Amino acid sequence: MPRETIAEFGLEHLQILDDTGKLDAKLEPKLDDAHLLEIYRYMMLARESDKRMLNLQRQGRIGTFGPSTGQEAIAVTTALAMNDEDWLVGAFRELGARLVRGETLLGNLLLYNGCEEGNAVLPAEKRVLPINIIVASQNLQAVGLGYAMKHQGDKGAVVSFMGDGATSEGDFHEALNFASVWRAPVIFISQNNQWAISVPREKQMHSQTIAQKGIAYDMPCIQVDGNDVLAMHVAVTEALDRAHAGEGPTLIEAVTYRLMMHTTADDPRKYRSEEEENEWWEKEPIKRFRGYLEKKGLWDDKREEALLAELKAQIDTDVKEFESRTDFKVDAPFDYVYAEEPAEIAQQRTEFLESIGKEANHG
Amino acid sequence: MAKLNMVQAINLGMKQEMANDDSVIMLGEDVGVDGGVFRVTDGLQEIYGEDRVMDTPLAESGIVGASIGMALAGLKPVAEMQFSGFSYLAIHQMEGHAARYRSRSQGVWTCPMVLRMPYGGGVRALEHHSESREVLWAHNPGLKVVIPSTPRNARALIVAAIRDPDPVVFMEPKHSYRAFKEEVPEAEEVLPIGKARVVQEGSDLTVIAWGAAMRTVQKAAKAFGEKTGKSIEIIDLLTISPMDTETIVASVKKTGRCVIVQEAVRSFGPASEIIARINDHALMYLEAPVARVTGFDVVTPNFFREKMYVPTVERISDALNQTLDF
Ligand SMILES: Cc1ncc(C[n+]2csc(CCOP(=O)(O)OP(=O)(O)O)c2C)c(N)n1
Ligand SMILES: [Mg+2]
Repeated sequence: MPRETIAEFGLEHLQILDDTGKLDAKLEPKLDDAHLLEIYRYMMLARESDKRMLNLQRQGRIGTFGPSTGQEAIAVTTALAMNDEDWLVGAFRELGARLVRGETLLGNLLLYNGCEEGNAVLPAEKRVLPINIIVASQNLQAVGLGYAMKHQGDKGAVVSFMGDGATSEGDFHEALNFASVWRAPVIFISQNNQWAISVPREKQMHSQTIAQKGIAYDMPCIQVDGNDVLAMHVAVTEALDRAHAGEGPTLIEAVTYRLMMHTTADDPRKYRSEEEENEWWEKEPIKRFRGYLEKKGLWDDKREEALLAELKAQIDTDVKEFESRTDFKVDAPFDYVYAEEPAEIAQQRTEFLESIGKEANHG
Repeated sequence: MAKLNMVQAINLGMKQEMANDDSVIMLGEDVGVDGGVFRVTDGLQEIYGEDRVMDTPLAESGIVGASIGMALAGLKPVAEMQFSGFSYLAIHQMEGHAARYRSRSQGVWTCPMVLRMPYGGGVRALEHHSESREVLWAHNPGLKVVIPSTPRNARALIVAAIRDPDPVVFMEPKHSYRAFKEEVPEAEEVLPIGKARVVQEGSDLTVIAWGAAMRTVQKAAKAFGEKTGKSIEIIDLLTISPMDTETIVASVKKTGRCVIVQEAVRSFGPASEIIARINDHALMYLEAPVARVTGFDVVTPNFFREKMYVPTVERISDALNQTLDF
């Protein structure tokens, strides 16, 4: 028997607006001005929110959180390409997408202040799952949602975000395999920000790309410049169209960079250089996209100033509301263990409230 | 009424619930065409089709994680773990997500699903096919853990589990799968989750057990009663968590003596929790220390030695004697 090639695989990289601002006009998507401006607005909202949250965290007014600075193009462009009936399933670094889908900064402040109330801001009908901390585990839930959509004849597709480190987890591979076998309408987006806390991509995997991991599961896959709004829009739209048409899942590797710390509890100087970060600041998505808008005559310093003032006011309002909230029910955790409260838990609630009351009396 | 074994009885309950409710979906390894390695889902795919009775890829976290997603989208997944010994590959999906969605989101999201798994000794198979680790699940607030002991209560409890608004781990004592038959009514029967059952009333001593150990207990109690004339009350726990403290405490207050029979290893198991609750609520009624007849704190031996390690009629009888003579 001869040896013969039984399969050959290719992989595309997509970039439309490069980091020097050069545009590939042939590939440029036809987005109306309002859509372009909305993308810019939400990227700026996510960026400004990060800055404010970092301030609040440093002052001890909220707990630890993971900034998404530098990755805004991926989250925002994706969410704005989705329909309302599409599900958003995330890890913890896609603030921009959450804001697009109706989450407020208030909800995030509550969450990062350790209050479950932050996950209860949006009703279930909005189809946005809370953040998922167990790396890669959300991908399987996304597949279950996708199966349910298909089974119920629902038009919704599912977008599932994760990082680059997440692709080392078994759950990532199980999810791709299940989605592939079930032809589930799921778009997996790996935000390859080059780092998983302190571990660089080269130590995370020997694979040349993350996108190629989709080839093993026979699903369309592509590597995209994740700091390029236009390329992200095209790749996500193609994937969503396929999912909506019943053509199954897609894996998108969105190449980007985590410009800030992993979380506020981490110090990047332990493991990477300022020079590396500076190189990526040159390629960051907001500045690049602003240049594109300026060339189209859609943006200038005056508009920038006005937007910043508007966003500041919006953020101030949320922070003020967050800081004035006092309606935290101390025994709320007892309310949500089960639909119906078992006797043992009812008794423990009483015990808890008595002990809290006693402490209060002791001043 | 028909005489069914536990496999047939659970199958009947699931078949009827699938007919009652279109959103009920079965998934797992070999559950479709093959009807499950123990045949608990036998014939269901033929009736309800491949979209509702699915052979999944071989990945436990995948099965459970996908089930959670289905539950969040309004389906009622009933997932099978082929053996409980392999369910640990999905424990982070249960502990980390299924148990927490209601709390995490203050009720915005809930996760009504059933995770079925055969557990315990009795099939003379290789390693990982004979442990009783109900406590791993019971230790998680947000999960319910149900263990039937007979065909009839298994059928009534699987129906309750499917209808429950919260995630239920349904552990099936595989030793009891085909060990005996019982009349099971065709008409709907549902038992409440969270309620233990007094299966034999008595006044001298309370025995508490669940799962396959119930049969051993009944045998031991019968022989013991006949020999000594003592009146023994037997409680079948049925739900491990949330545990029915009331039934346990009422019985122990009445009898003043208690023996707990647990197939699982001794330490940190449900028996320890039962004793703690008796301490909390009925200590002054006790005439003797509460005794435990359990597995030993060793890695569960392979089947050659298995019978020597699970609670036997002899060990139970000894405990009854000692507790009554104290
Ligand atoms: C299963 C699991 N293991 C470890 C952690 C701790 N942890 C949180 S984030 C993280 C790195 C994730 O890296 P990546 O997937 O690249 O996402 P990024 O943080 O870069 O967005 C780790 C190890 C976790 N949350 N979950
Ligand atoms: Mg990363």
